[in-house]
Amino acid sequence: MKSRIPVVLLACGSFNPITNMHLRLFEVARDHLHQTGMYQVVQGIISPVNDKYGKKDLVASHHRVAMVRLALQTSDWIRVDPWESEQAQWIETVKVLRHHRSELLSSLPQMEDQDPRTAPSAPAAVPELKLLCGADVLKTFQTPNLWEDAHIQEIVEKFGLVCVSRSGHDPKGYILDSPILRHFQHNIHLAREPVQNEISATYIRRALSQGQSVKYLLPDAVIAYIKEHSLYTKDGSCKGQGTQRSKGKTS
Amino acid sequence: MKSRIPVVLLACGSFNPITNMHLRLFEVARDHLHQTGMYQVVQGIISPVNDKYGKKDLVASHHRVAMVRLALQTSDWIRVDPWESEQAQWIETVKVLRHHRSELLSSLPQMEDQDPKTAPSAPAAVPELKLLCGADVLKTFQTPNLWEDAHIQEIVEKFGLVCVSRSGHDPKGYILDSPILRHFQHNIHLAREPVQNEISATYIRRALSQGQSVKYLLPDAVIAYIKEHSLYTKDGSCKGQGTQRSKGKTS
Repeated sequence: MKSRIPVVLLACGSFNPITNMHLRLFEVARDHLHQTGMYQVVQGIISPVNDKYGKKDLVASHHRVAMVRLALQTSDWIRVDPWESEQAQWIETVKVLRHHRSELLSSLPQMEDQDPRTAPSAPAAVPELKLLCGADVLKTFQTPNLWEDAHIQEIVEKFGLVCVSRSGHDPKGYILDSPILRHFQHNIHLAREPVQNEISATYIRRALSQGQSVKYLLPDAVIAYIKEHSLYTKDGSCKGQGTQRSKGKTS
Repeated sequence: MKSRIPVVLLACGSFNPITNMHLRLFEVARDHLHQTGMYQVVQGIISPVNDKYGKKDLVASHHRVAMVRLALQTSDWIRVDPWESEQAQWIETVKVLRHHRSELLSSLPQMEDQDPKTAPSAPAAVPELKLLCGADVLKTFQTPNLWEDAHIQEIVEKFGLVCVSRSGHDPKGYILDSPILRHFQHNIHLAREPVQNEISATYIRRALSQGQSVKYLLPDAVIAYIKEHSLYTKDGSCKGQGTQRSKGKTS
């Protein structure tokens, strides 16, 4: 019986703040890959973007990382990784993928370290690292000058994409409209979330600044953190950050 | 300065199971009423429907009540009330409203019990009890033979409605289409939830029966309860209940 290919899902983004919708992406993607019969999702990684990305209203990365950590307290398979946010500059997504792939390779048990009597009968399969995103991100591949073509190709060819649908988006259409995506469409997995769940972090920031409730849209522990540190208030929504032009990166 | 009218929000429904969307109704409604400047929401009540309502796939009410109780552990103003579910028969919504209003009246401090030295300068205002629902329920007022006209009138005239929008619904249109609703529209509050949050309990039941994840769509404590009691599984989705024709009551 053919064994399943182990997969690690990596999501990049602002997570400003993390919401239940972000967390759902992982659950939906994992279920989708499992249902193909071909994959076993072994890990999820959330990688908040570097402050230098310069998106409007981006709170300091140490807060965004802390909020993700709190949100993941009840998850047994997803973790936050602050590497991207700790670099001196903003890092392109493909480089974040390369970094995490080499981390995965270096964490595999080395054959020479193993006692031949206890070593597994076959070498451990290297998990495939795939980029997890919403359909809105897939659409941004079309935006001129946002992504380098070579990077898009490397992402879909060497890594793979798991794309969770969002209302108002047509991921199949985006794939067909792009020669690169079309060529590697076998490596792009489209997962559908039947629940219309459009919890936008933008809405949450606005609700918070207006003193409205966001309970049940994101984990309680994250809401408590936001209040404790007075994030996203009317006057402090850009704590530690200047307001710079958005580069079009969503959520 | 005119004081705000205290309000209690009552939501009736199957809650089969309770979801984050149900819980959001309360938060959105409370914020909306507060923003009018006229009301102070002092309490929320969730009243799961009686098993005798006969809706398909309705799990036993003691489970539904238990799940709501778990979901409300982190709320400081909403509570579950099992009265409706404990009656011998199904009870019309207007009678549930009448019951809870008399409970509210009998729980007010009686003037003769109070020490004149410590009594408040004015009698405590009686909270107004309002029915909280989604726009889909407002639409059902049009369904022939589902609601008695006299009941609809009593609900909007003597109690009041707080109706939270749902995509695909036009609550203003439903009000204008109905003479009774139009006449008492001042007593119908339409709250908008900008977050598209269509977490349907039907979807959740289906996902559970197919072994898919529902994490982040409802509280973890509710998910744990569902697993512990094997609710909504392929073979046990009607634990303790026969399958009877739906009477058109939503969610």
